[in-house]
Amino acid sequence: MTEIASRPPAPGPQAGRRPEAIKAIPVRHPWRWVSAVVVLALAGDVVYTIATAPNLSWDAVWTWLFRPFILGGIVITIELTVLAMVIGIVLGITLAVMRLSPNPVMSWVSWVYIWFFRGTPVLVQIFFWYNLNAVLPHIGVGIPGTTFGWHVGTNSLINAFIAATLGLGLNEAAYMAEIVRAGIISVEHGQTEAAQALGMNRLLVMRRIILPQAMRVIIPPTGNETISMLKTTSLAVIAAVPELFTRSQQVSNVYFTVIEMAIVASIWYLVMTSILTVGQYYIERYYARGAQRELPPTPFQRFRRLLFTFHAPPPTAPDVSVFLPSEHR
Amino acid sequence: MVKAEAVRKSFGRLEVLRGIDLEVNPKDVMCIIGPSGSGKSTFLRCINHLEKIDAGRLSVDGELVGYKERGDKLYELPDSEVCKKRSEIGMVFQRFNLFPHMTALENIVEAPLRVKGDGRAKAEARARKLLDRVGLADKVDAYPNQLSGGQQQRVAIARALAMEPKLMLFDEPTSALDPELVGDVLDVMRGLAKDGMTMVVVTHEMGFAREVGDSLVFMDGGVIVEAGTPRDVLSNPHHERTKAFLSKVL
Repeated sequence: MTEIASRPPAPGPQAGRRPEAIKAIPVRHPWRWVSAVVVLALAGDVVYTIATAPNLSWDAVWTWLFRPFILGGIVITIELTVLAMVIGIVLGITLAVMRLSPNPVMSWVSWVYIWFFRGTPVLVQIFFWYNLNAVLPHIGVGIPGTTFGWHVGTNSLINAFIAATLGLGLNEAAYMAEIVRAGIISVEHGQTEAAQALGMNRLLVMRRIILPQAMRVIIPPTGNETISMLKTTSLAVIAAVPELFTRSQQVSNVYFTVIEMAIVASIWYLVMTSILTVGQYYIERYYARGAQRELPPTPFQRFRRLLFTFHAPPPTAPDVSVFLPSEHR
Repeated sequence: MVKAEAVRKSFGRLEVLRGIDLEVNPKDVMCIIGPSGSGKSTFLRCINHLEKIDAGRLSVDGELVGYKERGDKLYELPDSEVCKKRSEIGMVFQRFNLFPHMTALENIVEAPLRVKGDGRAKAEARARKLLDRVGLADKVDAYPNQLSGGQQQRVAIARALAMEPKLMLFDEPTSALDPELVGDVLDVMRGLAKDGMTMVVVTHEMGFAREVGDSLVFMDGGVIVEAGTPRDVLSNPHHERTKAFLSKVL
């Protein structure tokens, strides 16, 4: 018998033909259906309760949802978010690079900055900038002890919008610095060495080699921070910046539609964060190039796959052969 | 081209190099062999100042590495000078260390473009020529993770050559490769040696050392145990430690 078994099989009528694809009945998942029904029932109850709340005026919600007054607030919310994140990212990268600098002064300055701005509430920081003129009516630059220099009234330089932008942006920089630092550290040391061996200086190594690779680690939490920032801009209400939440408040103060306006604001915040979430996927895909052989699926692909996996495997498995090095093809 | 006199280097309490003396002549290929932890890679990294030596003198092309001598005083070189010196020495790593976010071509043109200040057209033309020379003309737009180890290492060699170095350092260039891919990389190195490149090669490829090397150094415990022509050292080792090492690897 062993003699026969160790001999290669003789080419029969099946030779050269591909085996047939397996057709089997997939495993059933009855509990998925049960849990789906339970969740739907609970969700339906919550929606019904809110929708039919006796003193809730849905008319007010629909009326105010698209009023220019509210839409104008959204524009300011977006402006605040973008500006604060730009300040946060630019300053955050600078702080992270300083923190990792061999220069002890740089590293120390960065540490103190992060310690201070991460250690005080952002609400207090906005409040501080907004009320700065109470203690400093004029600010500017000049040579101490002389009249030479440039001065300006604090109120004309820092209005409510700038106070909020500064408060949010400077605070964000402290958090971004830590995110960027984690990203920089995550890049393999061999990369720095290879770049140095080519004669690249510290700045060039950072800008061309380390930061682009660190992006892969930096982007997801930055997306998170942006989404968080979009909502944190509502703290600008303390400086009466006419953004989405401030304006909703102003409306409800006049018409006594507190919950209605809260719903209006929430709907818009949800719409904006949803758009950001989709955008984040595409940015992550972009920075994954060269790091992953297979790009992560787009939200649309994910959605499709989710629909199909509910009771069956996805219709198409990823084609692995495409990504093999050519020598093995 | 490279001259080391009593070079010493410690990491904390561990003395990795305990007095290295050697000289590499222009256009020569020196191979350094030895067990892991013998300090051979560290010595290689000292040559382009990726590691700072603690004692002794180390010079490349007649100029001290990392220092300038004026009178009887040594002055540490500023970063810009160190970078300039490094740009004249090519280095190839065991783990390739290609930039994963750049294509093969971008990997190669990066330093000529930004360190040397070459124009893009010129840099790209030379990069294509170099890729052709290492047998990868069709991989111009491939990212490193789409290449096999052997292909990556050849791109890494092309990247180092793009700076037109006067000296090439190889740190176990084939140790991380599948056996079947080693040959391609060694072929490229063989070609370089034939074209007259000065090379210092830390390697475990005894065949390559015997065939291509002009001199061979056996290091163990941070010192040079034996040196000579590859044929002499490999076929007729004098020292017990050399014999013991060679009996294990040959």
